[in-house]
Amino acid sequence: MEFLSFLFRRVLWSLLVLVGLSIVIFAIARVVPGDPARMALGPTATAEQVAALQEKLGLNKPIVEQYGMFISGLSRGDLGRSLLTERPVNDDIRETFAATFELVLATITLAFVFGVPLGVAAARWKDKWPDTLVRVLAIFSAVTPSFFAALLLQILAGYVLHILPTTGRLPHNMEFVANITGLLTVDSLIAGRLDVFGQAVRHLLLPATALALATMGQIARITRSSMIDVSSQDYIEASRAFGVPEPIRVFKYMLRPSFVPPLTILGLEFASLIGNAFVVELVFSWPGMAAYGIRTILQKDLNAVMGVVMVSGVFFVLVNLLIDVLVGFVDPRVRIRGSR
Amino acid sequence: MAAQTVTNEPRRLSNAYQNWYRFSRNPTAVIGAGIVILAILAAILAPWITPYPEHVGAVVNFRARHLPPSAEYWFGTDNVGRDIFTRVIFGLRISLLLALVVLGIAIPVGTTLGLLAGYFGGWVEIVIMRLTDIALAIPPLVMALAVAAVLSPDLINSMLAIAALWWTWHTRLIYSITRQLRAQEFVEAAETLGASKFHILFREILPNCVSALAVKTSLDAGFVILVGASLSFLGLGIQPPTPDLGTMVASGSAFLPDYWWESVLPGMAILVVALGFNLLGDGLRDLFDVQEVR
Repeated sequence: MEFLSFLFRRVLWSLLVLVGLSIVIFAIARVVPGDPARMALGPTATAEQVAALQEKLGLNKPIVEQYGMFISGLSRGDLGRSLLTERPVNDDIRETFAATFELVLATITLAFVFGVPLGVAAARWKDKWPDTLVRVLAIFSAVTPSFFAALLLQILAGYVLHILPTTGRLPHNMEFVANITGLLTVDSLIAGRLDVFGQAVRHLLLPATALALATMGQIARITRSSMIDVSSQDYIEASRAFGVPEPIRVFKYMLRPSFVPPLTILGLEFASLIGNAFVVELVFSWPGMAAYGIRTILQKDLNAVMGVVMVSGVFFVLVNLLIDVLVGFVDPRVRIRGSR
Repeated sequence: MAAQTVTNEPRRLSNAYQNWYRFSRNPTAVIGAGIVILAILAAILAPWITPYPEHVGAVVNFRARHLPPSAEYWFGTDNVGRDIFTRVIFGLRISLLLALVVLGIAIPVGTTLGLLAGYFGGWVEIVIMRLTDIALAIPPLVMALAVAAVLSPDLINSMLAIAALWWTWHTRLIYSITRQLRAQEFVEAAETLGASKFHILFREILPNCVSALAVKTSLDAGFVILVGASLSFLGLGIQPPTPDLGTMVASGSAFLPDYWWESVLPGMAILVVALGFNLLGDGLRDLFDVQEVR
């Protein structure tokens, strides 16, 4: 019951954040000086053309009513039409988001798979060379701009060693439509196309690594410090006194409570991860939301831009909700204290 | 991680020498401070210390295009024959200006809101902290993109867009410190003596946040520079021909891998400056004994 009420409060709160987010985005798009219709049509359009587009977009209605239209569209999952592609923004985003989602998923996986063991090693051999290595790695991963990491990886793996593909999601000559989940890795497995799966993974590796570096460093650092905190607890001393073998002590008693801080860090870092995904996608010609977002921004396509920002925000809020629930599940104290 | 901060008891000025001594024994802090000071000096003195200051503008010298690093051109030349070293030093100006403006807005705003939320509690706390939650949900880079779409892609708009979100981190930091300090004796004493709210917030509580703020500011300067570089990499920063590190990496990347220096060396410059601020922040953290800022 207690978990349910925690869940309820947390979901309610996420909804509130989303409403706030929609107001902020709406404000940016409408209250800011400039006429969206005029901007979309450019300086050569006639006054009649501008008025017609204003009418079509509902820009001549009172601002509150416009927000009402925006939010009712949002609640139906309707983001309006893109002025650039002349298709519903939903369709555009749905197609591009799957690629972004796959990249982000692979990134998080890499960040945890490498970050946590590195943190454990640093804590186990505190002040020895593994610790120093992790510290240096954490600092450099935090200060390397993602686009630079992406370029360096591209040069190294693509041009110098020729081991991995550097652009796109699949080779040009490979035909495969991912129409179940939109994730190439998953859909190719469902379809039993192992060749596609292999290629999809190969294409994912470089962009995901470039994007994962920053988060991985943070996770390693925070895992290290929370492992060290936990290791000074009485129950760890007790288990040592009872002669519990070291692997069990480290992996069972110390690592499990140490999982919470990396999760929370991931939640906070997630916004910058999405931001960096935009840049990394561009470097690797990844057909995700970034390319679409940047194209529409240069065309002053407001509906599409609002859609992209809104979807990024919703993605962040949902991931944080998921993380909070996970943390509440792993660590009962969080539930009692309430969310945040 | 709700940036938990535990500050030591406030230090007196007479400790300045002692602090300096401890700071100078900390190699990372000294290296960091060295990089930061060097970068700031180089940016200020750029017109006098660079070999080809005229290459800042739209100079074209096709005979010298795509030259590799040499004694004459330390970082090589770009696709129109301009000296990359000169442009990197001038590019530092934009990066540092960005950090200065963004933090110049974010720190006062964020600190004030954090103090208010932490001290008054109640609905003030609810409104402010919920606002920070909303602002946190928008990636700064994406926000800057959206603002660039509505207004025009230039440096000022990008700076304002980043600043409009960056204050949240300072608010959260100051809020958590203020909440811990609110119940302490020196605050209660000031309240009993009838001190004004303004005095309590800015003269009693704020000085106790200074060390945590210094650490945060140093770390943040590095991160703001990274976000700014990403923006200009996407073409949303200052417009050419003014030299900008992110823009240089982007335009140089068209000539990879043959003319690698055109993108890699400006990229290294961003990395080194961000590294300097980061090491300095880490060093200050050890010095002030502030735990886990950020």
